Amino acid sequence: MTPQATQLIIETTYLIATAMFILALKWMSNPARARHGVWAGELGMLLAICGTLLNSGIVDYKWIAIGLVLGSIIGVPLGMVHMTAVPQRTALSHCFGALCVTLVGASEFYLRTPNVPRFTMGVLSMEVILGSLTFTGSLMAAGKLQEMLPQRPITYKGQNFVNLALLAVSAGVAVFLVIHPDRAAIFPAIVGIPLVLGVMMIIPIGGADMPTVISLLNSYAGLSAAAMGFVLDSKLLIIAGALDGASGFILSVNMSKAMNRSFTNVIFGAFGQEQTHAAADKEERTVRSATAEEAAQILGAASKVMIVPGYGMAVAQAQHKVRELYDVLTKKGVDVRFGIHPVAGRMPGHMNVLLAEADIPYDKLMDLDEANPEFPQTDVALVIGANDVTNPAARTDAGSPIFGMPILDVDKAHTVMVVKRGMSPGFAGIDNPLYYLDKTLMLFGDAKAFVGAIVRELTGGGGHG
Amino acid sequence: MKFDLITDLYVFMLAAFIGFEVIRRIAPLLHTPLMSLTNALDAIAVVGAILLTGRHESKLSVVLGTIAIVAATSNVVGGFLITDRMLKMFKTSRPQKP
Repeated sequence: MTPQATQLIIETTYLIATAMFILALKWMSNPARARHGVWAGELGMLLAICGTLLNSGIVDYKWIAIGLVLGSIIGVPLGMVHMTAVPQRTALSHCFGALCVTLVGASEFYLRTPNVPRFTMGVLSMEVILGSLTFTGSLMAAGKLQEMLPQRPITYKGQNFVNLALLAVSAGVAVFLVIHPDRAAIFPAIVGIPLVLGVMMIIPIGGADMPTVISLLNSYAGLSAAAMGFVLDSKLLIIAGALDGASGFILSVNMSKAMNRSFTNVIFGAFGQEQTHAAADKEERTVRSATAEEAAQILGAASKVMIVPGYGMAVAQAQHKVRELYDVLTKKGVDVRFGIHPVAGRMPGHMNVLLAEADIPYDKLMDLDEANPEFPQTDVALVIGANDVTNPAARTDAGSPIFGMPILDVDKAHTVMVVKRGMSPGFAGIDNPLYYLDKTLMLFGDAKAFVGAIVRELTGGGGHG
Repeated sequence: MKFDLITDLYVFMLAAFIGFEVIRRIAPLLHTPLMSLTNALDAIAVVGAILLTGRHESKLSVVLGTIAIVAATSNVVGGFLITDRMLKMFKTSRPQKP
């Protein structure tokens, strides 16, 4: 085969792969067809890798084969993690993606220096800077999510100044390298400084902000891959990187909106520790509590129930008990749905995955915009392990730190039931006026045990069902 | 290799617009599988790592390239695997057409 013919075959596989990647994302918009998207993506990936192996520039296949085999061996367990561990797995995969991009970028630099065209040097610097900071940033995020690192935000004076200075220095070095691409000695600076910056960026970010941060790192990983595409003049890489970057960007904007914070506020904010002062003149307010038996009677008599799960439910491993509750109530003719706040889990959409794993049909899972109009006609809103996302102070109290945050309007339902361990405030440390409403019943106890008790009351108990 | 900056920029811009339009339509329901899928697709960077390693230009490039292949391949395999596992779990309560 002539070199031109080979090149044509390679380019064709890349073209098909690109189409497959776009189709993969398109099919994701329909849950019934989303798996086709995975298959399209796999086919595209396989074609692109096979096409690449035909490249006439490749003289040695040994290390490629070793790398592919080792990577597959590591990849399988990473694909088999438990659903609650998906956020840290995702952070880790951003970390791996960034590692790949950074290493390739660094190698390309050392192979080409001192003859690096200006533009190439510019995008190469971007590739390496974004790649390095995503690498350590994602590693930190994964560590925090896995609870190997403290989730509490760590702040110090002048933190933002230090971070901006680190970024400015890396950018300065990059500009210098664009002008003098032969000064290979200073190249390590645009790897090393962003590595430090990645750590510093994540240190002040608390557990509640993780969904935004993961999305943001996703976007960075995509953009660094796109930059690599510019360096290698590979349209396939540019497109895949742009798609990933766009996706991460949309998700980060969604998440910041859901938390009522600007993008910059998440990065430079360090939430989670600003407040706790508001509770100063606390008058003795009373709450009404109920037993599992009372809760079961109310739920059994309802015609429409909206369950609002939060991460507390997942921590208590109560999803499967919640499914049993869903089954029992549905069998009794109760219309049961789930209202899911965008930040209910540890990453965008995480709660939906946890509920789908417990076999709850996805057409019963409502997002914020779908759920809120339903609450006024809902007999019982059952809140399990969620707090801040149901806090009506976000609508009414201009002095509240979460004022303006979009919440699930559970207080508009006829009766509200809240399953909660005790009266301690939530993630953001803010008191929730919902608990003191006349229509609210507090169900104190462990989510799994309490929901289990309600299910027993509804199924067993024979006579008075 | 002919270096065509402007074409590449056009490609990037168009891909970004397609990305925004396509991804905007994806419901929050599937945002987690979306992220793991884009992650797997992003690992197409493995192509660059393969070329780098295969050209065998220096010891350093082979070492770094091989590590890069391992990292990217684990994303490809792990990313597609977990996305498919997640999507398999999403079932509807409406009766399916046979």
